[in-house]
Amino acid sequence: MNATLAPILAIIRRDLLLAMRRKSEVLTALFFFIIVVSLFPLGIGPETALLRKIAPGVIWVAALLATMLGLARLFAPDHADGTLEQMVLSPSPLGLLITGKIAAHWITTGLPLVLLAPVLGIQFDLDGGALGIMVVALLLGTPLLSLIGAIGAALTLGLRGGGVLLSLLVLPLYVPALIFGAGAVEAHISGLGAGGHLSLLAALLALAVFFAPWATTAALRIAIE
Amino acid sequence: MSNRIVNWFKYASPQSFYPLAGKLIPWFWALAIVFTVAGLYITFFAAPTDFQQGEGYRIIFIHVPAAWMSMFIYIVMAGWAGLGLALNTRLSGMMAQALAPTGAIMAFLSLWTGAFWGKPMWGAWWVWDARLTSALILFFLYIGFIALQAAIDDPRRADKAGAILALVGVVNVPIIYFSVKWWNTLHQGASVSLTKAPTMAATMLWGMLIMALAFWMYSIAVALTRVRAIILEREAHTEWVKDLPEVQGAKQ
Amino acid sequence: MLSATALSCIRGERRLFSGLDLDVGPGEWLHVQGENGAGKTSLLRILASLSPPAEGEIRWRGEPIAHLAEDYRRELLFLGHHGAVKEELTPYENLILAARLDGSELDEVEALKALARFGLRGREDLAVRFLSAGQKRRVLLARLAVRKATLWILDEPFTALDVKAVEMLSGLIVEHVTQGGIAILTSHQAIPLPNGKIIMVGA
Repeated sequence: MNATLAPILAIIRRDLLLAMRRKSEVLTALFFFIIVVSLFPLGIGPETALLRKIAPGVIWVAALLATMLGLARLFAPDHADGTLEQMVLSPSPLGLLITGKIAAHWITTGLPLVLLAPVLGIQFDLDGGALGIMVVALLLGTPLLSLIGAIGAALTLGLRGGGVLLSLLVLPLYVPALIFGAGAVEAHISGLGAGGHLSLLAALLALAVFFAPWATTAALRIAIE
Repeated sequence: MSNRIVNWFKYASPQSFYPLAGKLIPWFWALAIVFTVAGLYITFFAAPTDFQQGEGYRIIFIHVPAAWMSMFIYIVMAGWAGLGLALNTRLSGMMAQALAPTGAIMAFLSLWTGAFWGKPMWGAWWVWDARLTSALILFFLYIGFIALQAAIDDPRRADKAGAILALVGVVNVPIIYFSVKWWNTLHQGASVSLTKAPTMAATMLWGMLIMALAFWMYSIAVALTRVRAIILEREAHTEWVKDLPEVQGAKQ
Repeated sequence: MLSATALSCIRGERRLFSGLDLDVGPGEWLHVQGENGAGKTSLLRILASLSPPAEGEIRWRGEPIAHLAEDYRRELLFLGHHGAVKEELTPYENLILAARLDGSELDEVEALKALARFGLRGREDLAVRFLSAGQKRRVLLARLAVRKATLWILDEPFTALDVKAVEMLSGLIVEHVTQGGIAILTSHQAIPLPNGKIIMVGA
């Protein structure tokens, strides 16, 4: 197997196995997502036109919050039981192992959100085209959330009040993803076309794939020293 | 040439930077006061009443320099942070830490004065315009930086973690600046531009530039004062700090 | 093989040790001694390249470890206070995954043999959280046995082991050292091992 891919895949397999053993964590985030989205019509009222208008924003904000839930535990268990030290000492570059962990985080939290979003979109009376754009936007956007979030999780590892601090650090950085992600669906609905928004989202994702694992790795080394 | 390099590195140590900063601070304060007086004179007396916006527009002599400084300080902060990570100098982290509160105040000031300006111009304290929103995000970035540093006990770790956060955040500063081009919203287009002829009267432009200089000098003076305090705090256990006349005086 | 010159370590404002020299060659083991808080763990972490020393240099086979990077880490096995054993996984999975993290593949027979050697036969498929504290430590010992590394750095490896496990671990270390390996360890207890070098840490 390719020398770059092997450590990434090894970590992904390990983290997926661990996620299978503690399913409740994954499911909690997912139900949180569903409940938050379902609360909005109850708070705002059932007018279809209004719901259709707010749907992309509501689903995206709920996705941000649901991603935040699992972030604090992205590195904490590995830090607590010494696995993180072993990763730093592994002959494989730490950056690759961290990339694997981020990928696993996306598979366990981001991907289920993407798959569930169309169902929730139907509750908000979005049509087929809008649902499709939303899925594409979430597919590009949720990895971005995992990548940026990992930086925050690494910076706040083992700190007092880490969870709250993590939201303070990460949520402002999520704003571009939110704007372009929700904006893509709105642009499609208003007939402007979602191409531009999706391209910007893809550009941000490319930037984050390059930059975020590096920053996360640097932050973890500092946390572990 | 080599002499100059040696000199620079000499001032990278807190021990030699501390007295240098002490000597520089009064000068920057003096410049800040001169520029503020001149700038405020232009603001209130020299600058003509705006044809469309009346007297209310004069707040932009505070608003625009504050907004500039809030962005500029973040970039400088990230620059110090990057330097600290690359060269592992202690002073860099202290500089970044010293700049953060001033930057946060500038960001807050630009939001506050922006609201004052927006109420008569737009009829609302706040609009969800791209530049306003990104200024708000910048403010949050500053708060996050300060909160992260406050949460870490070990100053070396705090410096490094803060540095990474600042570098990550600095990616957002260009997004803030160019956001006005990306999103087409209520805010006026940038009124001062280097490529096009400025659309405002020359006196107004001068006033704004002088106020910007005043803010600049103030920021430097305050940051140097703060960095001296940080040096004293962190180096309190060293001999040279214990031997300082001001420390000796405080003990008696 | 592993030599350190003029190491010093600063934690917070406190200087834990300075001017520390050490040198261990193949077939030798080193007992790091010192009072609580003297910096034993810090020294081991510095030697393992987990944290940089404030001053001084560490060389492995004559090369600074900072340059060797993964070439050094490939020959190193570090065991910290926490054993990096996952509670949700079985002992068998723990061994396999730890090996993969080290960039090597461990075959099933070898893994099961190691587990059996440390008295975990019949427990291979039970999640570690159902094991007792002593049994958890034995999973760690099994990992020591299967990992091919020249340099072992072990922080308090004898903690929470019963008499029999202590014997097993000392057997393991003796075996490693007589085959030309190096071991560096800390311990509060007297170590039942012959002919060790001793280094004292502390101001």
